[in-house]
Amino acid sequence: MTTESIATKQIKKEKLTQRIPQVYYFLVIITVLGITLDQIFANGNILSSPTILLNILIRSVALGIVAVGQTFVMIGASIDLSVAYTISLTSVMTSLIMQGDPSRVPMAIGIVLLIGAFVGLINGLLITKLNVNAFIATLGTGLVIKGFLNGTFTNWSGSVPRSFQALGYDKLGPIPLSLFLLAGVVLIGWVILSWTKFGAHLYAVGGSVQIGRLSGLRTDRVIIIAHVICSITAVLSGLFIVSRLGSGAPWVGPDGVYDLESIATTVIGGTALSGGRGGVLGTLAGVLIFGVIDTVFNQLGIDTFLKTVLRGAIIILAVASYSIRSKREAA
Amino acid sequence: MGQDKKNEMTPLMETKEITKKFPGVKALDNVSVTFYPGEVHAVVGENGAGKSTLMKVMAGAYKPDRGSILFQGEKVSFNHPVEAQQMGISIIYQEFNLLPERTVAHNIFLGREPSKFGFVNLHRLNKQANDLLIEIGVENMMTPTALVSSLSVAEQQLLEIAKAVSLDAKVLIMDEPTASLTRTEVKLLSDLISRLKAKGLAIIFISHRLSEVFDVADKITVLKDGQHVGTVKTGDVSTEDIVYMMVGRVLDHYFPPLGSLDDFGEVVLRVKGGSNDSLNNINLELRRGEVLGIAGLQGSGRTELAEALFGAIPFKSGSVELKGKPVLIKNPNRAISEKLGFVTEDRKSEGLLLMQPIYDNMLLAIRSLQNLFTFVYPDGIRQYRKLVPELGKQVDVRVDSYAKEVQDLSGGNQQKVVLSKWLASKAEIFIFDEPTRGIDVEAKARIHDIIRGLTKQGVAVLMVSSELPEIIGMSDRILVMHDGTIGGELPADSSETDIMMVATGQKLADSKSGSY
Repeated sequence: MTTESIATKQIKKEKLTQRIPQVYYFLVIITVLGITLDQIFANGNILSSPTILLNILIRSVALGIVAVGQTFVMIGASIDLSVAYTISLTSVMTSLIMQGDPSRVPMAIGIVLLIGAFVGLINGLLITKLNVNAFIATLGTGLVIKGFLNGTFTNWSGSVPRSFQALGYDKLGPIPLSLFLLAGVVLIGWVILSWTKFGAHLYAVGGSVQIGRLSGLRTDRVIIIAHVICSITAVLSGLFIVSRLGSGAPWVGPDGVYDLESIATTVIGGTALSGGRGGVLGTLAGVLIFGVIDTVFNQLGIDTFLKTVLRGAIIILAVASYSIRSKREAA
Repeated sequence: MGQDKKNEMTPLMETKEITKKFPGVKALDNVSVTFYPGEVHAVVGENGAGKSTLMKVMAGAYKPDRGSILFQGEKVSFNHPVEAQQMGISIIYQEFNLLPERTVAHNIFLGREPSKFGFVNLHRLNKQANDLLIEIGVENMMTPTALVSSLSVAEQQLLEIAKAVSLDAKVLIMDEPTASLTRTEVKLLSDLISRLKAKGLAIIFISHRLSEVFDVADKITVLKDGQHVGTVKTGDVSTEDIVYMMVGRVLDHYFPPLGSLDDFGEVVLRVKGGSNDSLNNINLELRRGEVLGIAGLQGSGRTELAEALFGAIPFKSGSVELKGKPVLIKNPNRAISEKLGFVTEDRKSEGLLLMQPIYDNMLLAIRSLQNLFTFVYPDGIRQYRKLVPELGKQVDVRVDSYAKEVQDLSGGNQQKVVLSKWLASKAEIFIFDEPTRGIDVEAKARIHDIIRGLTKQGVAVLMVSSELPEIIGMSDRILVMHDGTIGGELPADSSETDIMMVATGQKLADSKSGSY
């Protein structure tokens, strides 16, 4: 009787500490530090003005959505470098198809989602069936898309109707619609990873393809689906971006560095580059850390180059802290 | 008794005249063994006797070249381990197939999660896992939600068994389940084995520790050089009988004459109480001009000893003296500058840069001692012109050009290149780990000649080998390792039986009375 209650207590304790990814402590520290710096050296607006807090979140939407997808493929020990160009492709195709006509919105969304699924499928097939290294395969598909865009479009092309721009600008009560989009994607991502069979199998295949195969999993299929999901999140990011900009252009993806930043925030969030560990909640914290840093630096009026330097330092710091911790665990 | 009779009438699994060849070796030669339900069956034999191959054939990881497998009286053939698993044949390898970042429950039911519309029923998953842990009596060791990385090696072993039980295993094969367990953990495992045996499973395990084999097993099958020597009931034999069955073969290979007293000089290497994570209280002396053979079974710490001496995984405590002066060999660079050379077991991953030419490989060790900013090229070319052909002649590498990439050479020639690397650095103490593994007979003899030739020039050689004929044929003294420490020292020309006795943890003096 007593041993049983001790055992259940232990289980509960494990669950609580497991539920909060370590990166949230990091997010709290950086936020507190940022607010303090803002109070001392600037006007202290971060704390007093809710719009700034809201802006931190809105800044995080585009990166946050695609980073959720990146988390999927990275848990599967893969990677996707083509997301930035998928975002560009989405923005251009959406505004081109919509041509400012509200009635064409559903069709446009349907088509770009199909295009995204196709890109993800190609990535997944290249990696699993042709055994091309994920880094190279997705770099390749990214370049193909880039070449197509640059050869076909040279400037802003088409436009989206006002009704579609609501996604980027409108609010539901005090909360912007786009935050629902981000929250929805993160929530769905979390549910898929922690509650579905596919999620369990993705962690397994990322941890060890060999073990997955010996347990009878269809390992190829798991990786392909992860890539399709990743490309679809890139499409969703692209849709959000084009609703903000009003029109698509071939450079919106690469200019936002969505490929490398989605990888960086995923890694900061605690997903292992080698796969098999991590989750979207950690990634969300990683994205918010980037958002907070951006805002604080804007408030303080600090040079953007220095901001980039600090971002680099944070990536290194985060990853180093994980590997030191796992070394200690192993010892 | 009645139970025994019933079992003997219905064997659960049989191998019939199984033969399996690998390039150059017959790993299994006409092996027929029968396994009964409710019986613990140990498979023993020297390194390379074919134990693991037999297990892998039974589990569907290898296809036999000839012969057949009978399972519950029917002939079966597996294309993939998963097929064997589905029939009820589970194998647990020494390297566990567990996901460290996932929970106990997720690992047990991987690919078989209880689910509805693609959603996993986590509550049921954990409940089923908990029931399973209770069923086999390990619920105090782990909870279903614990991460595998938080479990000890022994607990992971038990988890692997739990997973096999959940797959309705009828035959459970374990490859050296106790190799990395402590004594108390072995007790846990043997208790679990008894419980599974009572459930009617056939349990087959490979072990090098004969005392455990006698504690746990009902029957023992002995393999030697891929052949089935015999299957005996544990009660009918003594450890000595088993060791006799394991060893004893004709030396079919020429070895150079052993060293004579004139060759042996002063002690050049002395280790006192050397210990680290895998070694415990190592004491040894190595004299100039001798070949000191290090024997021992797999996992006894042979390779770890070589790595510790060379500073790859250094000793954490104890002292090392070179020529009477204490030194701290904390990394290989220090070892090389102290004139040590290490010919590793796995030359392809640890000894050679396969895609680089022979001369770069030969000069690798001396270059490591040069200042990092020395200009390699003028110096390198000079060395190349002079030294490389000399080295090549010394070790008899047969190639048309030293610019050839090492990966294009035969195994024997590759090993000679590794040797020349250390000749170039003028090493005075050579450590060999499996110097002739995987190379042909002629090259083997040549390498044995070279090793003996080195000692004639005053070099001290420490040779780790799993091949007993090589140990006996080459060593002036033999140290036998057991359980991470030196189990005993034997003189030159000792018998295979004596070495195996020490290696399996028997005390030579005690073995006659049969007690341990």
